[in-house]
Amino acid sequence: MKMYVCIKQIPDPNTVVSKLDPNTKRLVRSGVSLVLDPGDESTISAAIKIRETIGDSEVTVVSMGPVNAQEAMRRALAMGADRAILVTDPALEGSDALGTARVLAAVLKKEAVDLVFCSTESTDGYTGMVPGGIAEFLGLPQLTFAREITIEGQKAVIKRVTTTGYQTVESPLPAVVTIASGSFEAIYPTMKGIMGAKKKPFTQLSLADLGIEASQVGEAGARERVLALGTVEARAAGQVIKDEGNSAQAIADFLQRYQLL
Amino acid sequence: MSNTIWVLVEVENGQPARSSLEVLGKAAQLGRAEAIVLGSHASEVASTLGEYGASKVYVHADAVYDTYLTLPAVDTISDLLQQLQPALFLLATTYDLRDIAARLNARHNMGLITDATDLQFDGDTLQATVPWGGENVVTATFPKQGTGIVLTRPKAFGVERQEGNTAEIETLSPSLNTESQKIKIIDHVVVQSEGPALEDASVIVSGGRGLGKAENFHLVEELATALGGAAGATRAIVDAGWLPYSYQIGQTGKTVKPTLYIACGISGAIQHLAGMKGSKYIVAINRDEHAPIFSVADFGVVGDTLTILPQLTEEVKRRKAQ
Repeated sequence: MKMYVCIKQIPDPNTVVSKLDPNTKRLVRSGVSLVLDPGDESTISAAIKIRETIGDSEVTVVSMGPVNAQEAMRRALAMGADRAILVTDPALEGSDALGTARVLAAVLKKEAVDLVFCSTESTDGYTGMVPGGIAEFLGLPQLTFAREITIEGQKAVIKRVTTTGYQTVESPLPAVVTIASGSFEAIYPTMKGIMGAKKKPFTQLSLADLGIEASQVGEAGARERVLALGTVEARAAGQVIKDEGNSAQAIADFLQRYQLL
Repeated sequence: MSNTIWVLVEVENGQPARSSLEVLGKAAQLGRAEAIVLGSHASEVASTLGEYGASKVYVHADAVYDTYLTLPAVDTISDLLQQLQPALFLLATTYDLRDIAARLNARHNMGLITDATDLQFDGDTLQATVPWGGENVVTATFPKQGTGIVLTRPKAFGVERQEGNTAEIETLSPSLNTESQKIKIIDHVVVQSEGPALEDASVIVSGGRGLGKAENFHLVEELATALGGAAGATRAIVDAGWLPYSYQIGQTGKTVKPTLYIACGISGAIQHLAGMKGSKYIVAINRDEHAPIFSVADFGVVGDTLTILPQLTEEVKRRKAQ
């Protein structure tokens, strides 16, 4: 089985307060610590787990991003992915979800795909619109918000998160599957994995390699326009105290003052 | 000329979903609201939508939409979109509607804005308000030609009801493509949890990384129980496997607007703030005085969550008993 996991390098959500650049109106990605999206670590782990269960399979990670996104992809390889494909091209800067889906789908079209995995959404943009776009461009069914997945012959069966529990949903393969955050424990790369990652196949592609026009992607291809960037109307500043052993009483006083107790 | 705005209305237990009615009400404020309802209960639901702002309702009452996810709905809406080209297509942010929106966007190169909390037209230019992080708010729009899709944040709008209003009903008869009947729902499982549901609770106590380890989450649950509320969690600790996804509050998890929200050991990542900022009163306990959560808190304590939580639970019990 040939499995592909679409991944993204993002500003470290644990250390970076994400900001928009007032000039480009884009997320600030320079001068901040960049990591493999933690959601993607879980998704890569889901694919590797399937490879270990059914055997005779390959896991390829695919990403679109600047050249330094190689680092996030190396981590994916160190976790156990078999090979990596990075699409990098200056014309891709400013791509929206649709442009991103177009590029990733173009990579996957050249491959003999059985299963494409994505995280339900990235941890920086949160639109969640890329996986469905990829599925549409490839003409494949999409199984979304999976917290469990099993492969039964030529079909995939998932437990799909709902607001009240889950649905069991199935579809024939090939298919695009999105993994709900936290559903699979992330594999931690071992030293052996990190060393081995350096020898694994790593392909870098440009837009020309994919036959995509620059006008269809990047800022030129984006269908959304930012008219203005403003600051949020702040809530009236509250009171913040330092704990000196009586905070429980202070909170309870606050709750009583507003009749919350 | 007023703009025509479509809303895809979801059906839950034979009723229009509240989240869809919120969006329909907003659409009616913006222009001429038209609804689309699909599925075996579509006809019953359609007849009520006039009261919630729809001038017209397109209906296809067929069980195919209840059995097969996404693709049959995308096909039907796709045909309709090409024929009628409304100015805007609005959807509530739900699991099923996100999937439909993503595919329609790709099929027709439409343009799509997610997580909008407000919408207005300046002449014929849409202005969608999208909060970004704790600091920024973006005003976004589409190019003038073609239909744009907007997914709106849950609970951004109230439900407007005008009893007695009726909508024109148009019954659709699309040809159903069996090739699109691929994503099959086998069963639904409802997982019962104790106490009030997160979405309905008037008090929520929520925990994050600052709790240190999964074993400490019971401190959050105990305070929630003492206050008669529900316990929630950040994406970070759900990702870490401490709790199931159903606890997650945030942009993808649940959006909550309780009267009281107590954030324990939560730094206040954008993803989390998006899901709880609408709470009436916010109390935060966190060790780091620079944590963004304090910028939205009405009352904040800089201190050790693990020490303060059990003390607070005891204090709440004591005062409630008085």
